[in-house]
Amino acid sequence: MDWHLIIAAAIKIVVFVFFVTLPLVAMSVWAERRVSAAIQDRVGPNRVGPFGLLQAVADGIKFLLKEDFTPAHVRKFYFWLAPALTMVPALLTCAVLPFGSRLFGEKMVIADLDVGPLYVFAIASLTVYGIVLAGWASNSKYPFLGGVRSTSQMISYEICMGLSIVPLVMIYGDLNLGRIVHEQAQNGWALLPLWGEGLSPKGFLLALPIFVSFVIFTTSMFAETNRLPFDLPECETELVAGYHTEYSSMKFALFFLGEYAAMIIGSGLCVTLFLGGWSLPFGWLAPATIDAEVPFWHGLIHLGAFFAKVIVFILFFIVVRWTLPRFRYDQLMRLGWVFFFEIALANVVLTAILLWVLK
Amino acid sequence: MAIIVQRPKLKWWEQLYLPSLFIGMKVTLGHFIATLTRKSKVTMQYPEEKWDANLPDHYRGAPALVTDEHGRERCVACQLCEFICPPRAITIKPEEIPSDDKWAKVEKRPRAFEIDMIRCIYCGLCEEVCPEQAIYLRKDYAITGTSRAEMVHDKERLYEIGGVRTGLVNKWNELK
Amino acid sequence: MTFLFCLFAALALIGGIGVVVCRNPVSAAFSMILSFLGLASLFIQLDAFLVGTLQVLVYAGAIMVLFLFIIMLLDVQEEEKRRFPLISFAGAGAVVTAFLVLVILVLNRGGTAGRSLPVVAPSESGQSDVHRIGELLFGTYWFPVQIVGVLLLAATVGVVVLSKKELK
Repeated sequence: MDWHLIIAAAIKIVVFVFFVTLPLVAMSVWAERRVSAAIQDRVGPNRVGPFGLLQAVADGIKFLLKEDFTPAHVRKFYFWLAPALTMVPALLTCAVLPFGSRLFGEKMVIADLDVGPLYVFAIASLTVYGIVLAGWASNSKYPFLGGVRSTSQMISYEICMGLSIVPLVMIYGDLNLGRIVHEQAQNGWALLPLWGEGLSPKGFLLALPIFVSFVIFTTSMFAETNRLPFDLPECETELVAGYHTEYSSMKFALFFLGEYAAMIIGSGLCVTLFLGGWSLPFGWLAPATIDAEVPFWHGLIHLGAFFAKVIVFILFFIVVRWTLPRFRYDQLMRLGWVFFFEIALANVVLTAILLWVLK
Repeated sequence: MAIIVQRPKLKWWEQLYLPSLFIGMKVTLGHFIATLTRKSKVTMQYPEEKWDANLPDHYRGAPALVTDEHGRERCVACQLCEFICPPRAITIKPEEIPSDDKWAKVEKRPRAFEIDMIRCIYCGLCEEVCPEQAIYLRKDYAITGTSRAEMVHDKERLYEIGGVRTGLVNKWNELK
Repeated sequence: MTFLFCLFAALALIGGIGVVVCRNPVSAAFSMILSFLGLASLFIQLDAFLVGTLQVLVYAGAIMVLFLFIIMLLDVQEEEKRRFPLISFAGAGAVVTAFLVLVILVLNRGGTAGRSLPVVAPSESGQSDVHRIGELLFGTYWFPVQIVGVLLLAATVGVVVLSKKELK
């Protein structure tokens, strides 16, 4: 391991995690408030800075300055550990997302693992611990019930989520997110195979299972990130604020930010898998091979394309939140176990048959 | 009596849930775009935009004392408002009007008249009970201060808000 | 590299000790997760990304969550109060000593210079470990994999049948 690689990795980690993802988290909180306001014919926060853009900074300062209260009846160690355990895995998953093609001859991905989606699922499955612990360590009934509910929801939908990307992996024959994106740049995005090799009867037929996967994956992501219409862990009438009832100040903020970070990473993964990642439509400016040099400004455009897609996806998240009423808990479980699980399995079989027929 | 609610029978495409998602998104996005393009503007940006001109005449804002057209303070310190005030926001210290005063026949006037605006609930009972039409609820609503003492309106401040009211009570005038 | 190895090995060991020593079941479960994470890191250091990731995904992310889920529902107060009987220390000491002796004997068999441990070979074709494991599982060993799959299915169905209440 030479120093060049370590320094490059360190710079990428710092830039992508602290200068890209975290500000994006702050901005999505602002966007959530402005968009929800616009949907409800309101104005939303518009005082701090231009268009209220610095509202996130004000919120952060407010959270830091509030009293950090630890109730006497909690289990202190786990009570303090839980917020960190929700935030850290969400940020760890950044590691395998390809943010762009190449810049300065460096791949724009922190760790070019050959098990990309598996890594994301492995780390994302650790976020459950934060919620379990928060519920248990708070040592009071509402957080506990909220934690139990949230945990069972997340475990259930993790299965659907994992199964839903199997058809995609079967079609691309690869688990490396960088190569999957490169393939999509050449031959059409998974959902929109409109150019390259995708523009053929085979491409259109295979888009059918991919569409089913996309629906299941996106819906499961809503459930995984505990957002409406699946925000059952928090509900005022039944569970007060769910697992973070006893939390205040920055510890509460960590839960809050962890949720948004998970949303951003989820959007990033969905964009990478289904919507071509950093690639532009119709193969414009696509590098010829995976190892080809990319001109500097092409690399910049690819970065921009990725973030544009992620932002559109986050807006979709927000609009859905303010559109749909929530599910009842038994409906949620039925949807997960009875419908999505079976459909995902059938989808895998369908893809296998299609691949065998079209070989 | 139990009412049995007939659930609507859904078509197969309605049961898919996705169409209703798009119908819902059409509504929300419609509002979103309408707000962005300023077509539906409901909210007023308060400190910059105010609605003061449209306040109704019966608006109950800050209570204030008024003088009449001769510059006489109308309050005769009868203390009815002090007694009726539900949150006990009003404190009156009466004094006798010296006999050489022009309005000596009124006999009493408030030496100090204080309304604690932290306590005031803007109910308007003081205005209703006043036999001299001396206290009115005006249209001032932005009553702010940086300390508790600042929020207590003394007599001077109350006359400043109230101003002059003519007519209505003429019994103390020369030519009755 | 050696430094990272020591770090993660220590993590795994501390976790392992924690599982035995902690009286609170939740702490014990957490020590176990810590130990799994250390193990996964060691696997990844050996370039076995798939095994390392699966270690986290399956053990730390799925099985231990269910464990913790059940433990949370139990009343752990009583368990915390119980003390270790002295004999358990003696038993633990004996097991650890025996295992250490066994390891030393195995490592010393035939002298240290004569035999070296098998080296984890990097792939000749430059393929990732995912591809190689996949080809082995679904190519060479496809039949045993299918058999194990059917066995697991049978076990799952059996559990459902056993745990289902009698409907009368």
